[in-house]
Amino acid sequence: MTTLVIAEHDNAGLKAATLNTVAAATAIGGDVHVLVAGHNAGEAAKAASQIAGVAKVIHADGAALENGLAENLAAQVLAIVENEAEGYSHILFPSTASGKNVAPRVAAKLDVAQISDIIKVVSTDTFERPIYAGNAIATVQSSDGKKVITVRATGFDAAAASGGSAPVESVAAVADSGKSSFVGREVSKSDRPELTSAKIIVSGGRALGSEEKFKEVLTPLADKLGAAIGASRAAVDAGYAPNDLQVGQTGKIVAPELYIALGISGAIQHLAGMKDSKVIVAINKDEEAPIFSVADYGLVADLFTAVPELIEKL
Amino acid sequence: MTKVLVPVKRVVDKDIKVRVKSDNSGVDIANVKHSMNPFDEIAIEEAVRLKEKGAVTEVIAVSIGVPQAQETLRTALAIGADRAILVETSEEVQPLAVAKVLKALVDKEQPGLIIMGKQAIDDDANQVGQSLAALADLPQATFASKVEVAGDKATVTREVDSGLETITVSLPAVITTDLRLNEPRYVTLPNIMKAKKKPLENLKPEDLGVDVTPRLKTLKVSEPPKRSAGVKVPDVAALVDKLKNEAKVI
Repeated sequence: MTTLVIAEHDNAGLKAATLNTVAAATAIGGDVHVLVAGHNAGEAAKAASQIAGVAKVIHADGAALENGLAENLAAQVLAIVENEAEGYSHILFPSTASGKNVAPRVAAKLDVAQISDIIKVVSTDTFERPIYAGNAIATVQSSDGKKVITVRATGFDAAAASGGSAPVESVAAVADSGKSSFVGREVSKSDRPELTSAKIIVSGGRALGSEEKFKEVLTPLADKLGAAIGASRAAVDAGYAPNDLQVGQTGKIVAPELYIALGISGAIQHLAGMKDSKVIVAINKDEEAPIFSVADYGLVADLFTAVPELIEKL
Repeated sequence: MTKVLVPVKRVVDKDIKVRVKSDNSGVDIANVKHSMNPFDEIAIEEAVRLKEKGAVTEVIAVSIGVPQAQETLRTALAIGADRAILVETSEEVQPLAVAKVLKALVDKEQPGLIIMGKQAIDDDANQVGQSLAALADLPQATFASKVEVAGDKATVTREVDSGLETITVSLPAVITTDLRLNEPRYVTLPNIMKAKKKPLENLKPEDLGVDVTPRLKTLKVSEPPKRSAGVKVPDVAALVDKLKNEAKVI
């Protein structure tokens, strides 16, 4: 039994979710191999070889793999897992935008039912996954020969990024499919901790009222706490914050030590993204807001006066 | 381009908090309000806008499932789809089977574009678009927040973890919609009346030669762990004290 983990990386280094996915692979048992498919991604492959518990790193380097286009990346994964000599029983992707983009393509080509967004490994063929925006947990069993799985990062503690010394094996990269091409990328620049791996998150909702107020209120508090900034869908839709800050069923799933919800009512779709946080604080004017039903500490107050006071007292 | 195919799903309404059945066999969805999956509304809206711009000539809405999915298709027709296909079955149809049914319909209808939601809010799988693209050997543009169709190509801006990414795909292609692609229009009463007269074809999975037997077995469905009841604090000072001394998170 061998599991292939598809690393998420930016060619220069690994993304944190790769470590959580390796942890899920370790929980399944058997050998863990990691595929680093990219272009000039030697550093990422080296980083993968140092993850504790990894037995082998497969490195495919080619121009067609530079930007993670689904057609090419899926073809690369298939080229490796269809090599029966390897006999991969499980193929794991992090449940990130990239993993979600590629995994179902691989699963369909293998004619297997993908298991999305697992939060727990029950046994080698049985897994838990949330459904209905996290309002129910389904335990599902797969009888497929190969199991294609996406892993929710917050469901598994990250594997240690060092301590391993796996050999790196180079394989031929696939050719470009010619069906899609990469045009460009607009990366939101931020020197804050990454939202999905931050220990503390300060999140704002529609009650902030404007993009200026959103920044003015949240930034100093996030600075003070060394926190990442998140947002509700309402705040993103209103243009107060960019979409990559959205926390929820359709945005990012987070589980920090401390989640501070400011002016967020707590719709089902938002709770789906943060209710596994260790400690939840809600500050809201409306004492009936549903967010108070999941908050460990609730403060009914005007956030425009409460937040500056909070900063001062910290 | 001639046709756009838009798969739509009937799901429990997004504002309903579902309850897990006491025997852990599933969630209780009997007598609960159902609606069109929100991402699929966005997909239909985008297809209809492409038609209004003259980029396509026909919008076909498809749904797979119980007879009541007809209502979902009528909604799609009221938004502006031209005709609808219901692939009727009372069995549970899992994402891989849905992708296979859609692949059969793609073969039959030969659309120039397939636009669909990025995920259904009931199973939260986020698979069908990508799987369909794989089975039909088409390129894919998932999580789209902007779509421009010109000639035999579509340029799509995608919502990714770090921001936005733009790709071009050759047509035919599968595009899956993210929330910010558009704001779906409200259906008006005259359009609801008109939708009743639009053609709705009824098929069975067997007619398309597709086996929809579930491949994943659901052993049980349980309640997520409950959070212990929290407390309301009277002021900021009390909040800071709790965070420092009780929760010890700052």
